[in-house]
Amino acid sequence: MNLFNILDEIETVDPEINERLSPRRDAIKNITSFGSKVAVAALPFALGTMFKKAYGQAASPAVIEVLNFALTLEFLEAEFYNTGKSSGVIPASDKPYLNVVARDENAHVKFLQDTIAALGGTAVSKPNIDLSGGNGSGNGPFKNAFNDYALFLTAAQVFEDTGVRAYKGQAPALKGNQVVLTAALSIHAVEARHASAIRKLRFDKGMTDNKPWIESTLDNGNDTKVSLANGNYAGEENITQGGVNLSGLASTRILTASFDEPLSKQAVLDLLVGSFIVA
Amino acid sequence: MKTDFNPTTGGANMARRSFLRYAGASAAAVAVMSAASCTKNDPIIPGHKPDTGGSTDGKGITDIGSGDIGILNYAYALEQLEAAFYVQVVANPYSGISATETAYLTDIRGHEVIHRKFFKTALGDKAIMDLTPDFSKIDFSDRTSVLKAAKLFEDTGVKAYNGAGYLIESDEYLTLAGKIVSVEARHAALISNLLDNGTFVASDNVDANGLNESATIAQVLAAANGFLKTKVTAPSFQYNFK
Repeated sequence: MNLFNILDEIETVDPEINERLSPRRDAIKNITSFGSKVAVAALPFALGTMFKKAYGQAASPAVIEVLNFALTLEFLEAEFYNTGKSSGVIPASDKPYLNVVARDENAHVKFLQDTIAALGGTAVSKPNIDLSGGNGSGNGPFKNAFNDYALFLTAAQVFEDTGVRAYKGQAPALKGNQVVLTAALSIHAVEARHASAIRKLRFDKGMTDNKPWIESTLDNGNDTKVSLANGNYAGEENITQGGVNLSGLASTRILTASFDEPLSKQAVLDLLVGSFIVA
Repeated sequence: MKTDFNPTTGGANMARRSFLRYAGASAAAVAVMSAASCTKNDPIIPGHKPDTGGSTDGKGITDIGSGDIGILNYAYALEQLEAAFYVQVVANPYSGISATETAYLTDIRGHEVIHRKFFKTALGDKAIMDLTPDFSKIDFSDRTSVLKAAKLFEDTGVKAYNGAGYLIESDEYLTLAGKIVSVEARHAALISNLLDNGTFVASDNVDANGLNESATIAQVLAAANGFLKTKVTAPSFQYNFK
């Protein structure tokens, strides 16, 4: 998110934005001119506070709910990569590649916590997580993910692809909200970059023939060949967009890969609660 | 308009009608709805006018129009540029291209062409004209030149969708934009990785909060026009091509 673009853009529709924000705008500009990590980390807080003060309202409960849903997913992803890093499952040669993914997921947790607080909401705490997918038993289907690198990367791919779908599904609930929707879309794009990168890593290692994008068949959205993940990809086989059936314009493989499909909040929770999130 | 749809779907005109109906409005009702919705909209976007479609003046400058139609035309302009680029890349493979790279770039061409066809069909008579690209700055025989241009197009596409999302008034159009932008982000990450493996979330696109950058319509069109003979303007979104 480019803060200054947002301010400049608002200026074009609200000429008084500078007066509303001043001297906070100058303060923000000065913060980034230091370039310190602390100041950058403080930005979401400053941003939320700024808009709340400028327009005299906190975010709606619906917006906070979306952000807390996102935070729950990010807690899970961050825990997964943090555990991966400390477990020794990742070969040294791949550590830099996966460290940046872990870095982003932890940054998302912090960003969402700060943003929720800044908007006047209460951030949810970290859920009770079972990375084996065993609902607290530690004995789920992914129990070997931290000593089986192929399984670890398979789980990573499914988490990332599912994360993309989850953010996409929440976009309409944030419609018209320049600050929060733009931030959510910006995280959504980063999750998609991760998904592409994990898929390529698995391809390069000969673990899969998956492309960086999801290529479905007409009767199965799931291209991972891991049937356990069928629910995570259900609906990706869709080839009707905006009421237009695209059949015949290209192969099913190309048509399905051209559009990523959303998942509802309930569908995402159904996939995670009772397995990775202890019910 | 070319009716290259499967006849069983009822043809492109039927498809377009159902697209607009799905979005909650016929072509005429789009204007009514966006005018009526201004009161419940974000207060920082005052006085929405009815949507207008794309149009072209005597000098070959094309205007994307306003409202959601304007945003869809904006996306259509970018997809036209991307599709034209990859068509040329695949038709003129750079020297030393690998089989895997050929497969990747051919797939991406397929996705971008579908995006272009989709928007053209969906917009129907509100669509901007076919744009003529200008790729004279790109050396299609050179791998680095091609992949750097691809990276610029993909990164810009992602920033463009992210930056315009909040302007979209219809849930359906917003979801559609979301369905496409994540595919563009998958492309962007791959192209970055092909140039330098491991740079898929480098600081030129992703900030310290783990957020992808976004860009305004003015920023994106100023960059895109550098690769277009037909110029695109967006006076309803604070960008006038000069």
